[in-house]
Amino acid sequence: MLINKDSLSIYVHIPFCVRKCLYCDFLSFNCDKRAIDDYFVALLTEVKEKSADFRNLQVKSIFFGGGTPSYVDAEHICDTLKCTRENFNVADDAEISIECNPASAIYDKLQAYREAGINRISIGAQSLNDEELARIGRAHNADMFRETFENARRAGFDNINVDIMSALPGQSMDSYMETLSKVVNLNPEHISAYSLIVEEGTPFYDMELDFPDEEEDRRMYHETKRFLSEHGYHRYEISNYSRDGYECYHNKVYWKRGNYLGLGLGASSMVDNIRWKNTEEFNEYLSHESNKKELHSLTKSECMEEFMFLGLRLTSGVCCSDFKAEFGQDIDEVYGKIIEKYIAEGLLIKDGDNLFLSDEGMDVSNTVMADFLLD
Amino acid sequence: MNQDKIRNFCIVAHIDHGKSTLADRMIEKTGVLTLREMQNQVLDNMDIERERGITIKSQAVRMIYKAKDGEEYTFNMIDTPGHVDFGYEVSRSLAACDGAILVVDATQGVEAQTLANVYMALDHDLDVFPVINKIDLPSAQPQEVKDEIEDVIGIEAQDAPLISAKNGIGIEDVLEAVVHKIPAPVGDPNGTLKALIFDSIYDSYRGVIVFVRVRDGVIRKGMKVKFMATDAEADVVEVGYFGPGRFIASDELSAGDVGYFTASIKNIQDTRVGDTVTDLANPCSEALPGYKKVMPMVYCGLYPADSAHYSDLRDALEKLQLNDASLFYEPETSQALGFGFRAGFLGLLHLEVIQERLEREYDLNLVTTAPSVVYKVHKTDGTCFDLTNPTNLPDPSEIEYMEEPIVNGEIMVTTDYVGAIMQLCQERRGKYLSTDYIEQSRAILKYELPLNEIIYDFFDALKSRSRGYASFDYELKGYERSELVKLDILINREEVDALSFIVHKDGAYERGRKMCEKLKDEIPRHMFEIPIQAAVGGKVIARETVKAYRKDVLAKCYGGDISRKKKLLEKQKEGKKKMRQIGNVEVPQAAFLSVLKLDNTD
Repeated sequence: MLINKDSLSIYVHIPFCVRKCLYCDFLSFNCDKRAIDDYFVALLTEVKEKSADFRNLQVKSIFFGGGTPSYVDAEHICDTLKCTRENFNVADDAEISIECNPASAIYDKLQAYREAGINRISIGAQSLNDEELARIGRAHNADMFRETFENARRAGFDNINVDIMSALPGQSMDSYMETLSKVVNLNPEHISAYSLIVEEGTPFYDMELDFPDEEEDRRMYHETKRFLSEHGYHRYEISNYSRDGYECYHNKVYWKRGNYLGLGLGASSMVDNIRWKNTEEFNEYLSHESNKKELHSLTKSECMEEFMFLGLRLTSGVCCSDFKAEFGQDIDEVYGKIIEKYIAEGLLIKDGDNLFLSDEGMDVSNTVMADFLLD
Repeated sequence: MNQDKIRNFCIVAHIDHGKSTLADRMIEKTGVLTLREMQNQVLDNMDIERERGITIKSQAVRMIYKAKDGEEYTFNMIDTPGHVDFGYEVSRSLAACDGAILVVDATQGVEAQTLANVYMALDHDLDVFPVINKIDLPSAQPQEVKDEIEDVIGIEAQDAPLISAKNGIGIEDVLEAVVHKIPAPVGDPNGTLKALIFDSIYDSYRGVIVFVRVRDGVIRKGMKVKFMATDAEADVVEVGYFGPGRFIASDELSAGDVGYFTASIKNIQDTRVGDTVTDLANPCSEALPGYKKVMPMVYCGLYPADSAHYSDLRDALEKLQLNDASLFYEPETSQALGFGFRAGFLGLLHLEVIQERLEREYDLNLVTTAPSVVYKVHKTDGTCFDLTNPTNLPDPSEIEYMEEPIVNGEIMVTTDYVGAIMQLCQERRGKYLSTDYIEQSRAILKYELPLNEIIYDFFDALKSRSRGYASFDYELKGYERSELVKLDILINREEVDALSFIVHKDGAYERGRKMCEKLKDEIPRHMFEIPIQAAVGGKVIARETVKAYRKDVLAKCYGGDISRKKKLLEKQKEGKKKMRQIGNVEVPQAAFLSVLKLDNTD
């Protein structure tokens, strides 16, 4: 995949949910209709204001994430997309994705999305076991997911992602594999399989729960790769699998450090090695002020660090020649010792120009990545 | 000055019984200080002392008191360290006094250190009078405490002033008692100069400032003096008195006076506490009694956490030594920890104080190895040497036998905990000597204990097993032959020299097992399994395993917000920096310390 410095990806944050899942630590909340309407007024204003700075860049992907984008009226989404097209230079073949929750994505909505030009849909199934779903506080059950999936196909989506999770409380290897095989039977183009991490500040953090132990967790993780590859899905990122040709472009922009603009509450951006983040205060966001908080121009060292720890999330890893082209230094000059150490430990693999994590390395990627931070 | 109007005394007390507070009030009442000048505790002017509530370096202060008889008296109050580690310094401070005020807490009564300090004062022929402090507390029992003092110590206590140093009650009575109960000095002002050094500090402008009590003769500016023990000579540049918090220069100090002099002395080792200063031109025939060279009792390795800071550590130790002649250090190298120093201390508290000062005043991050006592190793070739670092223990085949230091320990404890404390002493290889009941509820247990059993966590264990009701005091008895072995710790099959130590052979298994358990908790999981083994003479006696890390991955990274991920990685990286690399295992500094605290009742 080529990620061109003349292109841009846009992330649109929809911070609303019918309720918060027990493990969720993303920026989302439940709101009344009035607040949602206000939000989209502010969002469209931001779209227009920000676009002035980015007209020279071609938009290659748009991603509606949340929260639950499908929770709000389809009109809001379609208007936002329309406004984005009017104000940005959106490529005809741009990948345009939306995240959906089975409980809220009724057929009419899906059809409206499709008509508005959204061409990829991501459904948060998490599990196809109703008990597991209840335990993690999801608002849907397995039947609702199946219905949503079929509706999406019916609405004309030919690029569907399904999110599933392993290491859920009370989950067994068998129940996980059952979910996995049921998902595969639906034949989605893309599968994201996350292993649950309990974050501080979420209800799960303070609950006494029966999580699979670490060994079981890793078995589920490894089985995922084996099972999915058997069924024609290849892993291209720590937690992402797809059919050939269906890797998520937008996702890879993050890991390859392409330009991206985040719109909406608390959204993050990086363009030309400058990072910034919108306010996370709802009322502040509505007031249209301080939408561009502080800009952080990345130093060369920071760029190198990111190049490594983001790039290594991809199974293809990083290209040593890209490193040299971008920074004018040999990768070994900067990271030779660490690379050598982890190759010796079998956690990194060097294959020609490519440097990537082994399967064992993926399991403990944080440990490896931390060493790529410079002093 | 007329010696009749001089009173040289000190205050002795158990820790926390209010010695420093009383000193502050006396200074206040004698009016040498304005309230504004008063720091909370004038005498303790090092931060650490204030926080720990203990006095480390002895100091002195001069006060002018107008007594009820209309006469003006000069009081020289000499502050003494309260801890057993500094016993020798205490003894030299006492030798500079003619009397002592004994402060006893009206709620606590006589404690182990009270006794130890009073006996030491009586040994120095000081006249001791008691004051009862904290009488304003609801639980005060002044009459019982008075009776106890008479019963246990055997000094007159019925007319002891009842005071509250904290609230300034009864301070006048104490001052009057000093005039009437402390004898005036009786030196010969016309004799040959004979002055006792009871302390010294280093000042970067004036060199060493020597604190002296003049017994006979006069010391004045311009005089050439000699230090009898070290044979050093010096020209006196300045003499003077101790004002509160500052030095007040004068023309001379004569018999009975307490004060200081400077003589452009650059080396604090020349001015040893307990030494006698005399006139170079007309030296006295014999030194004052009691001088001894202070020997470190406890040794440990001090290493910079970051090896790049080795020279900073060296500079800091040099500076500390200027003010603390009892601190000993020399360079050493450890395979595990790199370049550092082996340092000798008077005791574990001294060690902790130095360690804290290095970290606080010099901003150093240290790794401290297990403290070790000094063993005598008798080799088969007939030679004998002092072992201060366990790593240097020769091969067992070259050792005829070994000796370890033994102390006489006294533990004062309420009778409820006698059983628990006796068990503790038993576990620590104590040899029971006797039990003295000083009253119905309290006893003094006497034990002979190996020093190496008390330098690790004995105080902590004592406190936890007696719920804080036991106090402990000890003095070195001598060396005894003992069956000692070197316990080695292997991490991932590599011997870690910094964790080796000497232990009695009967305790080797237990200690090895506990160390492995502790280390298992302290060493973070790696990408591979790490065996932790304890071995004696190459034979593994205990083992634990740190399981391999299986999962350390951030599954989801959302909406392009990498800040959390970066923070996580930075935290991880920061954590690694605090680690010591041993082979390919990263060991946190805390691991080196945790193995010192192994008492299992916590």
